[in-house]
Amino acid sequence: MSSEPAVLVEHLGKVFDDITAVDDVSFDVPVGESFGFLGPNGAGKSTTISILCTLLRSTTGSARVAGYDVTSHPADVRRHIGLVFQDSTLDEYLTAEENLRFHAELYGVPRDLAEERLRDVLEMVELWERRRSVVSTFSGGMKRRLEIARGLLHSPRVLFLDEPTVGLDPQTRAHIWSYIEELRRRESITIFLTTHYMDEAEHCDRIAIIDHGRIVAIDTPEVLKSSVGRDRIELRTADDRAVMSELRDRLGLEPTIAEGAVRIYVPNGDRFIPTLFADLTVPILSVSLAQPTLDDVFMSYTGRTIRDSEASSAERLASNPFIRRRMGARR
Amino acid sequence: MSVHVAPVRVATGTFADDWRAVKVVWKRELIRFSRNKPRIVTSLAQPVLFLFVLGTGLSHLIPGAAGFDFRTFMFPGVISMTILFTAIFSAVSIVWDREFGFLREMLVAPSRRWAIMVGKAAGGATVATMQGVIILALAGVVHVPYSPVLLLTLLGEMALVAFMLTAFGLALASRIKQVESFQVVMQLFVLPMFFLAGAIFPLTGLPLWLATLTKIDPLAYAVDPMRRAVFAHIPIPPEVAAGLNGGVTWDGWRLPSVLALAVVGVVGLVLLGIAIVRFSKTD
Repeated sequence: MSSEPAVLVEHLGKVFDDITAVDDVSFDVPVGESFGFLGPNGAGKSTTISILCTLLRSTTGSARVAGYDVTSHPADVRRHIGLVFQDSTLDEYLTAEENLRFHAELYGVPRDLAEERLRDVLEMVELWERRRSVVSTFSGGMKRRLEIARGLLHSPRVLFLDEPTVGLDPQTRAHIWSYIEELRRRESITIFLTTHYMDEAEHCDRIAIIDHGRIVAIDTPEVLKSSVGRDRIELRTADDRAVMSELRDRLGLEPTIAEGAVRIYVPNGDRFIPTLFADLTVPILSVSLAQPTLDDVFMSYTGRTIRDSEASSAERLASNPFIRRRMGARR
Repeated sequence: MSVHVAPVRVATGTFADDWRAVKVVWKRELIRFSRNKPRIVTSLAQPVLFLFVLGTGLSHLIPGAAGFDFRTFMFPGVISMTILFTAIFSAVSIVWDREFGFLREMLVAPSRRWAIMVGKAAGGATVATMQGVIILALAGVVHVPYSPVLLLTLLGEMALVAFMLTAFGLALASRIKQVESFQVVMQLFVLPMFFLAGAIFPLTGLPLWLATLTKIDPLAYAVDPMRRAVFAHIPIPPEVAAGLNGGVTWDGWRLPSVLALAVVGVVGLVLLGIAIVRFSKTD
């Protein structure tokens, strides 16, 4: 294979009616990397992935996946990518095996290879024993595993995972991640995923933080975290308001309230805590100090936590074509 | 670290690849149909009700047809009704596929869109024909003989009309996003199509406006040849036949069966073409 990146995106934009879902996005993903799109719901993650998978047309810019242009050679792109969506795309009337056979036929996997490959992928996700069961009898985690197996059946070069573990319990999420790691080791494929879980993004070699359709930061999780350059201190106090004004007036800080605690960012937090106790008059109930996380990175670039932006982004969900469709269908 | 790179050997976009897609989409329709036993039973209830309740009731209103069972007249109509409802129901499955996400599995595949639509049309047509065959098995009860020639003729005609009606359903369903909208479409097209086809009353001596409407109903072009095939195989007084066996006419000229069937086939192909074009649009 050439040294061309697995995914190459240049000035990509997508406008729905009057909503800009993706705004001049550029990045590339080298072959073999696991790359994550981190951002709140409605930030443009699913729209971008849909364009890369040739399900949507971009309004502006260009994208190449596995060496093919998504607009001029969609069929070539499709042949070389695997997809796992956040909503199930399995046929629940069919058995696990029948779902995979359908996929193998649709992707033209040679028949002599298909049976062996089918067994391989089903064993990897530990569903070989259940291959003759109808999918409607599967749990959410089993369905997701089956979808991952199916996405791999045709040996794609790039595997797209749209929120691969959303709605699953922590144990199943950990399981899915171990499959994904196993997969990278065995098949050396490129993984492109979207997530709004911080811990999930930690699994990636590199992440792009996306907000309001724009990439605000892109790097390895370590570099992004160290770029924050400050530690996070969270205070629980008897009177948050008073503490905030004291922090502002006496110490010149910019406190915020996030997830029920007063939050400040300071360099060398461990040495700063004694100052807090000396200078504040309001009683402090507890103090916690944390090294920066990806949530802090998100905060430092956008001024909000991901969880807070989720709450205010309900109307932006409308910019996701699939969610819009589903919401419409439920009405 | 040694890395095993799995061979990337997938479809290269040849016709053979698309043909595999057609076959597997077709096969899926059959599997889903065979797993949905309640659907098979409920979609047979309606034709049986029409044939034995409505048919028996109406036969008392038909004067002068001594020794002729009105249900024999209705039989081809009831077969077309079975096919009509099954075919349209199969076509709606594409809206369900959209709602439940499976459509995306097909849309992101490298196969061309026509292959998916042709597979759907073939699958729906097969399923509808199979349902029609179950009704066909009741032939003896309404005095239609089990003559091999008649059964084969009817089978061929059933397959053709099943294809046309599935294509019609797909042309309607290909861009519909919600199941509710499709139900509206059903009310708007399916019942009129059935009533205007001459399935439960002969198309002779109708007022001009009604006669005109029946001529634009493609289903009428299928019911007529089927009924003529049945009437050719039963003893029937000519004066009774003249009253009941009136089919589609163009400017007073009765279309021969072959031509009527050709109309059905051409309409089916055109509708399939429309379905493919509508289905192939990308947002």
